[in-house]
Amino acid sequence: MNNHLSPKERLAIPRTQMPAQDPVIRSRNFSEVNLGLAELAAIEEAQRCLLCHGRNCVSGCPVGVSIPEFVGNLASGNLTEAAGILQQDNALPAVCGRVCPQESQCEAQCVRGKKGDPVAIGHLERFVADWAMSHSENLDLPSNSKPSGKRVAVVGCGPAGLTVAGELVGKGHGITIFEALHDTGGVLRYGIPEFRLPKEIIDIEVERLIDRGVKIECNVIIGKTLTLQDLQRDYDAIFLGNGAGLPVLLGIEGENLNGVYAANEYLTRVNLMGAGQTVNCSTPIIRGKKVAVIGAGNTAMDCVRTARRLGAEEAMIVYRREEAQMPARLEEVHHAKEEGVKFVMLSSPLAVIGDENDWVKALHCQKMALGEADDSGRRRPVPIDGETFMLEADVVINALGTSANPLLTSTVPELQLNRWGNITVNDEGATNLPGVFAGGDIVRGGATVILAMGDGKRAAHTIDNYLSTLPKTVS
Amino acid sequence: MFSILKNDLIAPKLHRIVVEAPRIAAARKAGQFVIVRESAGEERIPLTIGDANIEQGTITLFVQAIGTSTRKIANVPAGSFLLDVAGPLGMPTEIKKWKRVVCVGGGVGTAVLYPMAKELAAVGNEVKTIIGGRTKSLIILADELSQFCQEVCITTDDGSLGTKGFVTDQLANLLDSPDTRPNTVLAVGPVPMMRAVAEQTRPYGIHTIVSLNPIMIDGTGMCGGCRVQIGKETKFACVDGPEFDGHLVDFASLAKRLSMYKAHEEACRLLAS
Ligand SMILES: Cc1cc2nc3c(=O)[nH]c(=O)nc-3n(C[C@H](O)[C@H](O)[C@H](O)COP(=O)(O)OP(=O)(O)OC[C@H]3O[C@@H](n4cnc5c(N)ncnc54)[C@H](O)[C@@H]3O)c2cc1C
Ligand code: SF4
Ligand code: FES
Repeated sequence: MNNHLSPKERLAIPRTQMPAQDPVIRSRNFSEVNLGLAELAAIEEAQRCLLCHGRNCVSGCPVGVSIPEFVGNLASGNLTEAAGILQQDNALPAVCGRVCPQESQCEAQCVRGKKGDPVAIGHLERFVADWAMSHSENLDLPSNSKPSGKRVAVVGCGPAGLTVAGELVGKGHGITIFEALHDTGGVLRYGIPEFRLPKEIIDIEVERLIDRGVKIECNVIIGKTLTLQDLQRDYDAIFLGNGAGLPVLLGIEGENLNGVYAANEYLTRVNLMGAGQTVNCSTPIIRGKKVAVIGAGNTAMDCVRTARRLGAEEAMIVYRREEAQMPARLEEVHHAKEEGVKFVMLSSPLAVIGDENDWVKALHCQKMALGEADDSGRRRPVPIDGETFMLEADVVINALGTSANPLLTSTVPELQLNRWGNITVNDEGATNLPGVFAGGDIVRGGATVILAMGDGKRAAHTIDNYLSTLPKTVS
Repeated sequence: MFSILKNDLIAPKLHRIVVEAPRIAAARKAGQFVIVRESAGEERIPLTIGDANIEQGTITLFVQAIGTSTRKIANVPAGSFLLDVAGPLGMPTEIKKWKRVVCVGGGVGTAVLYPMAKELAAVGNEVKTIIGGRTKSLIILADELSQFCQEVCITTDDGSLGTKGFVTDQLANLLDSPDTRPNTVLAVGPVPMMRAVAEQTRPYGIHTIVSLNPIMIDGTGMCGGCRVQIGKETKFACVDGPEFDGHLVDFASLAKRLSMYKAHEEACRLLAS
């Protein structure tokens, strides 16, 4: 394949559409929605890249993936090289290609986006990563440096922890990940549904780490099973990547009625435990006919689309602002609409209403209007006096978000936290405790996969430097 | 994988299981629990740690085989394994010198009560225990409790062992007289029993602790499924509890939430039979 096209020829190629399952069919199954680009389509899309010198796209990526290089190699059909470059820069490219908010990161910076559509960087990342997975026999596992004799404990097996583990095992350090749940992946497994991120991808990535020598111990809750002090005794450094797993409550009447879920519970039942996906799953889930999801982030979209797949006739997003302000990835909103999800905008829940048996029957809502802009520049929703309405629903899901879970941090009073309970770190990812580092949602509050990974990469670098300052251990 | 070293049937459908889990045995305190998944694809089930042996690295669980998942756990024989055991979870019992403590246990609740009563006695409380059940065969741990309790009072609904009647009748006797009235009451058992005990002690203003058993998944505060209403506040039983002030617990809401998956359980039961 040659990539010797003129800019004009490149500009003439239209952005490739991602093939997807038919919306009517997919809104009733859990298989992945996006089917992935075919090789020729991917190469053609890659040829849209102008290989410009500014490399704006790279500055838009929180981990600085060498986008023009991997895209350029793909455009020339050099898949092995493309895969090598990508895997060098990004520990979980098959995940990021699927779940990154590209429209506000790399693709937002793409020069082609100034006039027309940006290069579909996310789709290309996914294509190359998937190709690498299915051709792993042709690709070498990244090699590890010679053993350093140093041991690092990683708390939490989400994207932050997995990235730290991958980076540091490569440097020859002995890595053990401790995970509270019975399975790996963090939010990637229990939060993000199969139809958006097949669990097989997490399995393969985790398997790769294990092959490279990372140890993973599930069912170990740091702060309960073992203390941070235990880890400090047995390891040379510790990375805390325990996420932001604590649901923010609605704080309205009726929150504890039967049929009201926090998003984490709803998604965990389905994604981690398999509820509703197989006939004899032992973990139950209430399949509502009319499901109201409060919030408009990725979590809310995942819940509402899961509800459709569990058979909801009406699955609704209830949001106090307008569509343009919804924080979810554009593609998820688009997919949700295609799947028949209703958007009830400018509405804020006042109370959950129960029937005589304490089951949800409706959501009492306040009509809102957009007022003055707030500090963040977004127009603040204000209630319209006297305008309330009842939204019939038999399942209500709270997807307002999560905050820092104090389970671990409350056992380490000397660890510095901010006023929301997130761990405070310096620019290098170090906490105030020597040898203890942190990153991901436990530092940022609910953020994104790629930011968690970026934190992991940076902290790994700091940890590696820190370890080299320690006296040599005889092991 | 966690080895099961012993599995004894100690009452109809009630198994005492000794599991090898050295880290949990070393870390656990009275009142805490574990979450168990019998094998891949199974539910995560919270079970109180009934006892532990640090030297042998074991914990003891009492499993009442009433639902599909608890039946599967109870049926794992000694020599075999549980796939996942995570813990110890929850806040430990507040072990303090209250002086005079009455522990009230109903059914399998007695197993939950046992480690708490043991610890309370160990710090010098005068502990009396009232345990009850429908019939003789459902009364458990009476001998074990009498090792450290000043008195173990047994009630059965049918009078086949101890006094005929309910635990609440016996508690009423103790509350009646200032000489036997406790400073603290601990109640663990079915929701109606705990509610009744809390109502009994309320007029006396006696500090009353109950141990709640809502439906849980992760047990780490992540999912919010174990929400319970305590006074005006919503608490997560897995991290804030499982023990709460019995006078503040909304038992009606707890009972409703516990019934959330009744239809599912019914379907499983039919499927299994
Ligand atoms: C439903 C949902 C959808 C999302 N969609 C997107 C998306 O499309 N794109 C995107 O970029 N981001 C998305 N996010 C956000 C993204 O998933 C998170 O920002 C990211 O997973 C954070 O990574 P992390 O490694 O910091 O934490 P987590 O992924 O939360 O992992 C933390 C891990 O630590 C474990 N743990 C916690 N406490 C302990 C302890 N005491 N001991 C041991 N282990 C512990 C947890 O069980 C968990 O496995 C979504 C989030 C949710 C909930
Ligand atoms: S990791 Fe995310 S931001 Fe970076 S190139 Fe890939 S899709 Fe874009
Ligand atoms: S069981 Fe999930 S928060 Fe308590």
